Order: sequence, then structure tokens, then C-alpha cells
Amino acid sequence: MAEKEKSEKIPRQKMPEQEPAVRARNFNEVPLGLSPEAAIMEAGRCLQCKKPACVEGCPVGVDIPAFINRIREGDFPGAIQKIWERNSLPAVCGRVCPQEMQCEGKCIVGKKDAPVAIGNLERFAADYERANRKAVKPSKGASTGKKVAVVGSGPSGLTVAGDLILKGHDVTIFEAFHRPGGVLVYGIPEFRLPKEIVFSEVDGLDAMGARVELNTVVGRSVTIEELFAQGYDAIYLGVGAGLPVFMGIPGENFAGVFSANEYLTRTNLMKAYRFPEYDTPVIKGKNVVTVGGGNVAMDAARTALRLGAENSYIVYRRSKNELPARAAEVHHAEEEGVNFRLLTNPTRFFGDDKGRVIGMEALKMELGEPDASGRRSPVAVKGSEFRIDCDLVIIAIGAGANPLLTKSTEGLALNKRGYIVADQATGKTSRKAVWAGGDIVTGSATVILAMGAGRVAANSMHDYLTLGW
Amino acid sequence: MFKIVKRKEMAKGTVVLNEIEAPLIAAKAKPGQFVILKANEAGERIPLTMADTNPEKGTITIIFMVVGKSTALFATLKEGDAYMDVIGPLGAPTHIEKLGKVVCVGGGTGVAVLHPITRALKQAGNEVTCIIGARNKELLILEDEMRAASHDLRVCTDDGSYGHHGFVTDVLKAVLTENKDMKLAVAIGPVPMMKACSAVTKEFGVKTMVSLNPIMVDGTGMCGGCRVSVGGKTKFACVDGPEFDGHEVDFDELTLRLRAYTEQEKESYTCYRK
Ligand SMILES: Cc1cc2nc3c(=O)[nH]c(=O)nc-3n(C[C@H](O)[C@H](O)[C@H](O)COP(=O)(O)OP(=O)(O)OC[C@H]3O[C@@H](n4cnc5c(N)ncnc54)[C@H](O)[C@@H]3O)c2cc1C
Ligand SMILES: Cc1cc2nc3c(=O)[nH]c(=O)nc-3n(C[C@H](O)[C@H](O)[C@H](O)COP(=O)(O)OP(=O)(O)OC[C@H]3O[C@@H](n4cnc5c(N)ncnc54)[C@H](O)[C@@H]3O)c2cc1C
Ligand code: SF4
Ligand code: FES
Repeated sequence: MAEKEKSEKIPRQKMPEQEPAVRARNFNEVPLGLSPEAAIMEAGRCLQCKKPACVEGCPVGVDIPAFINRIREGDFPGAIQKIWERNSLPAVCGRVCPQEMQCEGKCIVGKKDAPVAIGNLERFAADYERANRKAVKPSKGASTGKKVAVVGSGPSGLTVAGDLILKGHDVTIFEAFHRPGGVLVYGIPEFRLPKEIVFSEVDGLDAMGARVELNTVVGRSVTIEELFAQGYDAIYLGVGAGLPVFMGIPGENFAGVFSANEYLTRTNLMKAYRFPEYDTPVIKGKNVVTVGGGNVAMDAARTALRLGAENSYIVYRRSKNELPARAAEVHHAEEEGVNFRLLTNPTRFFGDDKGRVIGMEALKMELGEPDASGRRSPVAVKGSEFRIDCDLVIIAIGAGANPLLTKSTEGLALNKRGYIVADQATGKTSRKAVWAGGDIVTGSATVILAMGAGRVAANSMHDYLTLGW
Repeated sequence: MFKIVKRKEMAKGTVVLNEIEAPLIAAKAKPGQFVILKANEAGERIPLTMADTNPEKGTITIIFMVVGKSTALFATLKEGDAYMDVIGPLGAPTHIEKLGKVVCVGGGTGVAVLHPITRALKQAGNEVTCIIGARNKELLILEDEMRAASHDLRVCTDDGSYGHHGFVTDVLKAVLTENKDMKLAVAIGPVPMMKACSAVTKEFGVKTMVSLNPIMVDGTGMCGGCRVSVGGKTKFACVDGPEFDGHEVDFDELTLRLRAYTEQEKESYTCYRK
């Protein structure tokens, strides 16, 4: 008990961050990371619960009290080794997981005080290891002689690859882009997740012997049938939900109206923020409207500021309470000066004689009865049309299933929205020796859920490769 | 890395041919498909149609016109140099069938795109008339290859320096007047040329296929940057195309969308030349 009282007195250690006014104009990472002293202090706040609620909240079941305890003892390599047992991308998860809804949301300390900063501690352990390289990597199993193809190098594909390599299988990852990482490299901006971190995680896989075949669009460069013919024993599909959704309103094809995918890919993966040093351009708007309210929309609106926007608006049809983005991201966006135009729904875009977008017409909305999602549905206020002048629009209202691969693969059951049907407990699809997981099964979700699906599938694939279907 | 095994200047140094080692793509590519190339780390992803493939040798051929920074950079690559990334084959292959009489019209570097399609249409047993054009004689490419790929080749230049003096549309009108039983037209070249050709064939009621070249990023249907309006619906040229029914395409919208980055492109090219 005495121990408990003592630990409650330490306040949650604040994550040092770049000043809002400064960071809104650069692409450097926003949170700067905890110092070892602060990490040890924060670790001291953990009660080392016998039945840790935080672990229940973690989709991959990281042994949270154990790794926190090692940080408290100053054994940082020991901490990362503990995390690695369950999570192969801790530097990524420590930065982008919605901890407030997962581990930290369940933490007992959070009942009375601010919960233990599990995410920040995970990030600390991973960053410390990347800088110091002290921990012993998990060891690889004896070779089984089985070949596995993983399609897509997002968090879910990377997890499958990591797990199966450890179990002794021969793994090749096929990736359509010229860089591995999926949304982690083309979508989530540098200021939230430095790309070097993703590459270093992939290099780790490389070092263990996984092959990464870039520039390979499965379904076009090579088909699933051809992969089997080349001797692959099992295939995992982790292709994400990479289909941009547009609103279908007039003027959407004016130049200057982007999908979030295109805007973020140009800026992050192709490094348009360093144009003309890098060759890919992106339109730098003065008045930028981002339509949508999720993490993607926050990322786009904050990117626009960093590219020099004078006004960066979020236009969202419900109210602040319903914003699907993480609270921390909304807060960061507000601090940086993103202008929230809530209860607002676009109805059309205006263009000039050169076909460039110059404005948007929108309607004011009110909240009505709850809809199927449980959220109060927005209802248009009659006659409330108004105009926002803008020279760049980013549509960030969600993503769908890209049909490129699924259309070219026979016998793969899809649901009516085009996502792959896969068994939740195993990741098995309707096709023998083919597994799937991540956003292409669930629809747009989170990094950690995509990893969890990868873990489940890797276990099932291992069973298949050693025991049979 | 994708090594350039052969380089050739086709027209006054503004049109360049590269034959590139890319065995997996060469084995797979069909007429009408394209690749996306990136020269180096800082490079842009540039879509170019495969003008030819050699599956035995494991090579693909691209022919491009220097219009801005990236194509200018591509033009500096020598034999033995390599592209960092080549992705493909992308796009839906041309639908090839035996129809009877067909006419293929190519303008500028569009002729390079047209060549494999023409060859395939001839191989499928069609009677192929070809019309190729350029601004002047020096800019005309692949004349011999196109002659071999068709039954009847007509050449024209805008300035009259070679062949018929005038636009490909003039010759197209004449061909369609002579051949009332033309089953299909294929028109590939600059957007204004494809638009004009489609207007002519519409008058004659001849189905027309064009190959669109909107600005692309991924080429896999992920970004939506390549969207074009066809028959009032939005299509993604990289996966639904690049070939579409010319009578249905909104060419004016395409023209405007192609100008989206004009200022940055200028900035980039100016920087590069310094
Ligand atoms: C801008 C943005 C911000 C986000 N922010 C967060 C956040 O803060 N926290 C969070 O938890 N989640 C966030 N998400 C969601 C999260 O990134 C995704 O849920 C997660 O990346 C899904 O992982 P995945 O492995 O299923 O697919 P992806 O990450 O989408 O990876 C799929 C990969 O497959 C490749 N591919 C696709 N088709 C083919 C093919 N035919 N052949 C070969 N390769 C192919 C793609 O190029 C890609 O690299 C965000 C998403 C976006 C877009
Ligand atoms: C499917 C497809 C096939 C093509 N095939 C050929 C070909 O066989 N031969 C050939 O000479 N050209 C072809 N093009 C056009 C070629 O891609 C552009 O000329 C090239 O991208 C110009 O890049 P740049 O940096 O040199 O010029 P920039 O200065 O960037 O641009 C000059 C003009 O080229 C267009 N353009 C710019 N970036 C792109 C891009 N990423 N994608 C498409 N167009 C762009 C724009 O209209 C722009 O105004 C094709 C385009 C597509 C979409
Ligand atoms: S629930 Fe909170 S206090 Fe308990 S073990 Fe987990 S992190 Fe520590
Ligand atoms: S190029 Fe991105 S969708 Fe076509």
C-alpha cells in the first residue's frame, strides 16, 4: 500500500514537444521523446498490477508491466527485448497507436490520476535501442524449407514476415511501391513518424533474411497463381485499403482537388516538401480545405500548414465530439492553428477558367437522431449554403478496398464492399494456402490491429506449413 | 537497378529511346501497358508506355519526348546507366480482336505507344491502315516500323516537310471517306490531336479508342490523381485505362488537369538546367 501511495504522487511525465508555432512550419517530429530520467520516473508510476488491465487493452498482448519494470530498473535493453516478444514494431506503435483507447485507457492508475504513459515508454525503449543497439535480437528457428510470399509491406505484412522468419520459414515480401512500409511511409507524415524509423524496422527483417521485392504489383507484375507456380507454399495478403473515396459532388475533378492518398503520398513518400531538391511537386495552397475528421484528415491539414498554408481548415459534417481522429492529434492540430469548421458539409467546388479549384460551397449541419454507427447523424440546415474560398482541397473521408489484386485472383471470397473475407481466428481466406489480414479485411483500422491480424495469420500459416491445412 | 542496354536518339535529341533490362516485366507485358520509372532517389515517378518488349532478351523499350525536368534527366542517361525503379506492367492491356478494317492514327511520341498495338491488330488478322504525323520531318519517329506493322501507311507533317502537308485528321477524314466499312479507329498522341480525331470518327460513326496520359503517381489505383471523366463517370486511367472510348472522354477536363503543376514544373526545370 505504501508503495502505491508513493507512486501516485509522481505526476505523469510530460512529453517534451516542439513549440506549436515553430513545428507548424517544419517537418521534424513533434514530440521529442522522454529522457532516460523521465522514463524511469514515469515507469515508477506503474503499480505492477497482478492482473494488469493494460495488457487486456493491448491488441497484441505486450507484457506491459514487465517491460515497464525493466525501464524502472534502468535495464533498457531488457525492456525492448520484453516488448519484442509480442510486438515487432515498437518504435512505430509507441508513436501512432491510439493508446488512450487501448492500454492506457484500461490502466488502473488512470482511474484516479492520468494513466501511466505506456505509449511514451514503449517509444522510449525502442528509440533507446535504435540509438545504442544493446539488446539481443530474438533468435531464428531452424530452417523448415518452406517458402512464404507476403504481399504488401504495411504493418500487417511486416508482422507476418517477422514472425514467420523467426519460425524458420523462407519469406519474401512483395511491395508495389519503391519503398517498404505501407501507410507508415506513404501516409503518416514525417512529423508524426520519421521514415527512418520505419526503414530501420524493415532493415531488421532484412538482416534476419527476409527478402523484400519492391516495385512489384501483385496482380499485374505477378499473379497469385504464378507465385504458387514459383514454389511458394503459402501466401499472405496484406495489401491495405488503398482506394481513395471521393464525394461525388460537382467540381471534384478540378485541378487542386486531391485525395488524401495522393496529397500525402506526394508529400511523404515522394518528399514533395523538399521540392525542387526532390522532383515531385505538390500544390501549395494558401487556403486549404481538408474534408473529413479522422487521423488522415488531421495529417493532411497539418501537412498543409507545414507547406505554407495561411489557412488550413478541417471541414467535418458532425461536431467535435464525433471527430474520429485521436484526441491527441486533434489537440496537436488545434495548437498549430488548424481551423475547424465543424457541422459543415461540402456540396460543390468552384473552379476558374483554368480548371483550378477556387472555392467550395457548403451547408451548415445540425445533429439529429443517432444512426447505425451510434453517432448522431448530421442533418442539413435548409438554405444555409455558404462559400469558403480555397485553392487546395484534400478529400479525406475514408478509403475503400483496392480491387487490383482481388479482381485478378480467382476463388477469393470478398464481402459486398470488396474486402477479403478471412477467418478472424486464423486469417484463412476461401482459397487454400492464402491468408489475409489488416485493412484489406477489416476496412481502414489501426496499425496495431493490422499487426494483430498478422500475428494470428502467422501462427495459422506456421501450423499449415508444419502440420497441414 | 534497371540497366539501359541501348540508347538511341530518335528526333533531334528531343525524342529518346531506351532499351532497359527488366526481365520480369518483359515476360509479362502486353500491348497498351505502361511502366512507371524513377531515375534516382530524388526522382519523380514517370509513366511511359512500353513501345516494345523482348521477353527472350529480358528487355523493354520506352520512347519518350523531353518535355520537362524528369524526361530531360532521363535523356542524359547513357548506355550502362540504370533507372533506380521500374514498376510494371501497369494498366489494362489493349483489347485485340479481329474486326476487319481498322485505322491507327499516331501523333508525335504517340506513335511509339501506337506501334505495339498496331502490330497486334495486324497479327490478329485485321486490315490495318496507319496514319502517322509530326510537326516536321525531323520529329517523325518509327516510320519503318509502322510501315511493317500495317498494310497501308500514310505520313503527314504539319509543315509539309515530308509526306502529306497537314494534320493527321485531314488524312483520317480521307481514309474514312474511302473506307465506309472501317470498324475501329485507334488514335494516340497529344490530347488536342486525340480530341480532334475523335470528333472526326464520331461524324463517321466509327468506334474510337484513345490512350490517355493524365498525371500519375502510383499507377495502381491508390491515389486517384489520374482520374478522367469518361461518359460522365470518373475513371482511374492507370487501372481502368489508359485506353478509353474517345467519344466518351472529357478531353477539356484532361487538358486542364494536365496543367495542374505548370508553375512547379517550370521551377523544377529551371533549377535543373542551372
Ligand atoms: C494518413 C493516415 C494516418 C493514419 N494514422 C494512424 C494512426 O495514427 N494510428 C494508427 O494506429 N493507424 C493510423 N492509420 C491507419 C493505419 O495506418 C492502417 O490501419 C495500417 O497501416 C494498415 O496496415 P496494413 O498492413 O493492412 O496496410 P497498409 O499499411 O495499407 O500497407 C499495404 C501495403 O501493401 C501494398 N500493396 C497494395 N496492393 C499491392 C499489390 N497488389 N501488390 C503489392 N503490394 C501491394 C501497398 O503499397 C502498401 O505498402 C492511418 C492511416 C492513414 C492513411
Ligand atoms: C500511361 C501513360 C503513358 C505515357 N507514355 C508516354 C510515352 O510513351 N512517351 C512519352 O513521351 N510520354 C508518355 N507519357 C507522358 C509522360 O509521362 C510525361 O511526358 C512525363 O511525365 C513528363 O514529365 P517531365 O518531368 O519531364 O515533365 P514535367 O515538366 O513534369 O511535365 C510536363 C507535362 O507532362 C505531364 N506530366 C507531368 N508529370 C506527369 C506524370 N507523373 N504523369 C503523366 N504526365 C505527367 C503534364 O502534362 C505536364 O504539364 C505517358 C503518360 C501516361 C500517363
Ligand atoms: S494497468 Fe497501469 S499500473 Fe497496472 S500494470 Fe498496467 S500500466 Fe502498470
Ligand atoms: S495513378 Fe494513382 S490512381 Fe492512378
